[in-house]
Amino acid sequence: MEFLYASEVLVNGLMAGVMYSLVALGFVLIYKASGVFNYAQGVMALFAAMTLVGIMEGRVPFAHLINAAFGVHVDRFGWTVPAIFGIALTALIMVGLAIAVEKLVLKHLVGQEPIILFMATIGLAWFLEGLGDVMWGADVKVLDVGLPQGISDSIETATNNWLGYGFFIDRLDIWATVIAAALVAALVGFSQYTKQGRAMRAVADDHQAALSVGISLRFIWIMVWSIAGFVALVAGIMWGTKSGVQFSLSLIALKALPVLMLGGFTSIPGAIVGGLIIGMGEKLFEYFIGPMVGGATENWFAYVLALLFLVFRPQGLFGERIIERV
Amino acid sequence: MKLKLATVALGAILAAAPAMADLVVPNLSYRTGPYGANGTQYADGFNDYFTLLNERDGGIGGEKIQTPECETAYNTEKGVECYEATKGSGALVYNPLSTGITYQLIPKVSADKIVLYTPGYGRTSAKNGSVFEWVFNAPANYWDGASVAVKYLLDQSGGDLKGKKVALVYHNSAYGKEPIRTLQDLSKKHGFTLTELPIDPPGQEQKSQWLQIRRDKPDYVLMWGWGVMNQTAIQEAANIRFPMENFIGVWWSGSEVDVLPVGAAAHGYKSLTFNGVGTDYPVYADMKKFVIEPGKASQGGQFVGSALYSRGMYAAVVIAEAIKKAQELAGTPAINATQLRDGFEALGITPARLTEIGLPDFGPEIKMSCDNHGGSGMARIQQWDANAKKWSLITEFTEPDQEVLNPLIAADSEAFAKEFNITPRC
Repeated sequence: MEFLYASEVLVNGLMAGVMYSLVALGFVLIYKASGVFNYAQGVMALFAAMTLVGIMEGRVPFAHLINAAFGVHVDRFGWTVPAIFGIALTALIMVGLAIAVEKLVLKHLVGQEPIILFMATIGLAWFLEGLGDVMWGADVKVLDVGLPQGISDSIETATNNWLGYGFFIDRLDIWATVIAAALVAALVGFSQYTKQGRAMRAVADDHQAALSVGISLRFIWIMVWSIAGFVALVAGIMWGTKSGVQFSLSLIALKALPVLMLGGFTSIPGAIVGGLIIGMGEKLFEYFIGPMVGGATENWFAYVLALLFLVFRPQGLFGERIIERV
Repeated sequence: MKLKLATVALGAILAAAPAMADLVVPNLSYRTGPYGANGTQYADGFNDYFTLLNERDGGIGGEKIQTPECETAYNTEKGVECYEATKGSGALVYNPLSTGITYQLIPKVSADKIVLYTPGYGRTSAKNGSVFEWVFNAPANYWDGASVAVKYLLDQSGGDLKGKKVALVYHNSAYGKEPIRTLQDLSKKHGFTLTELPIDPPGQEQKSQWLQIRRDKPDYVLMWGWGVMNQTAIQEAANIRFPMENFIGVWWSGSEVDVLPVGAAAHGYKSLTFNGVGTDYPVYADMKKFVIEPGKASQGGQFVGSALYSRGMYAAVVIAEAIKKAQELAGTPAINATQLRDGFEALGITPARLTEIGLPDFGPEIKMSCDNHGGSGMARIQQWDANAKKWSLITEFTEPDQEVLNPLIAADSEAFAKEFNITPRC
């Protein structure tokens, strides 16, 4: 029975890892294309999810400001928008955000050190955090795009008949796995088989060389930030469905960091494999060792695990090895 | 030019600063950060009650009340900064809504001689006013909450918890760890097994803990959570089909923001509370007339009547009553913090007085004294109705098990007195 319990923990750990990978993917995309660690990725997930809820519920953006400025009481438009259109509209807004970020921030920082760009993304995170609150309010929002939640009865029954113990698998985690797989397949397909994808890879390999053959760096940046915005939207939907759309959603970035350290900052498969290893490792550690050390080991153990990997592979499992000679 | 600038600056300072005769009750609130959704409702209730007193009664005893807000983001360092920044304005009392900030402020308020009021949170043993001269935590503290919860479980189990399993899911922080000692003693007394399951804040990922609950099959789960941890826990409990009626949170795990994101699956979830909820109280007629309709309510009054709004308002009610009592004792409406401490120690809020205020049966009777800064410790249980989207009170106010709690409070406060060389004063 102990083995079955451990197996259940393992499977759930893998599923949790997929949720972490969804967040890590956005970081990888931007880092790969521009060498920038986008500190704002977690806040982008929050902003995207807030915008989606706002659109779906027909909320008036900046209602609080409008009410205060004009002495009126507006809150809702009085309509609701189906999830699919809401997602499409939010994706468009994330493209608009990508254009704004390129025009207002990145364009002015071309040629600057990566640390300067990193600092700019910290500023962007603070700005987006405030903008999201001002636009849609700081209350906890319910996000329902029709994804099921709760134990999968069929898996519980099947494992019970087969093994004598019914496994717990959350239906939301199953959906997250399917969506993450589709997302990774689409991203890999895009970067390998489309002109824009190849241009993105060229920029990632060498900015100067890509520019010399006529690739527009600005277009690529807008494209990459748009895709990262879409990935943030997907992560925001999954995590927002799980525990409501609220500020804490931006903190899921903390869960992605060890995944990136382990999988490498430049590899899409690395983000997935890293997520799986972190999810599985932290859950098994909590199960076997947690009770001996007072529990609540998951947050710190993920970082310890990532650091252990770094000792042997400083570039992460799938990261590019950087050799610099003096 | 310099003279003009200096005049403008002086004018701005004078305009921003509270009038010298006003009573200053700084509101150390948090409307941003991971706990902003909770903090903002509490702060609204706190502000609105004082606005009501100012608008309807001209303040308390003719003195207007100022509630300058300072944003702490539930961050201990920022909370201390807020305290330092506002204490010079003649602050009478602080209510920071954070156990972490409270722990840092206890030595500071003791040195500065300012009242610290921490209803339902903070350092539990501050109930012993003999040691904690400047701290008050009525009507109930965490140990009271733990005891009332166990009493309720006893009721649910036919008066016997022997052989039962109780799991405690808690926020892995000073706050979340507060009830452990009491629950351990109560488990020995009543013969139930206690499993402690810490969850690292903010608490969005709790799969391991709920898989363990699914395996161990406890009869009851208690929760000491805050912020996103509450919503996630209630969702995970629903996911594993844990019976909601056997899942009971402390009062900080019992607001609308905790259950609404979970939808219908949260139906039947229970929590402790020491205050009423909803707008079905006479005071809201005045609130509507003097605060909401004239547009003076915090954030347009959008959270009026919610569990956390009501609790913030209740904190303001107790402070206002203590100010009133202090004014009576001092014979002057312009009281200072020392006089307010005397007002708190002489405070008695009877059911009749609550009715007079327009809040009948809203809270337990409070009777404080020099050595009792925590009141009776009574609390009750509320249950969430997901269809009606409202909390219903399902028990009367219940007294905690003082036989277990008093020795614990005495031991903890005596240790504090010894550490800080405090001579018990009453």
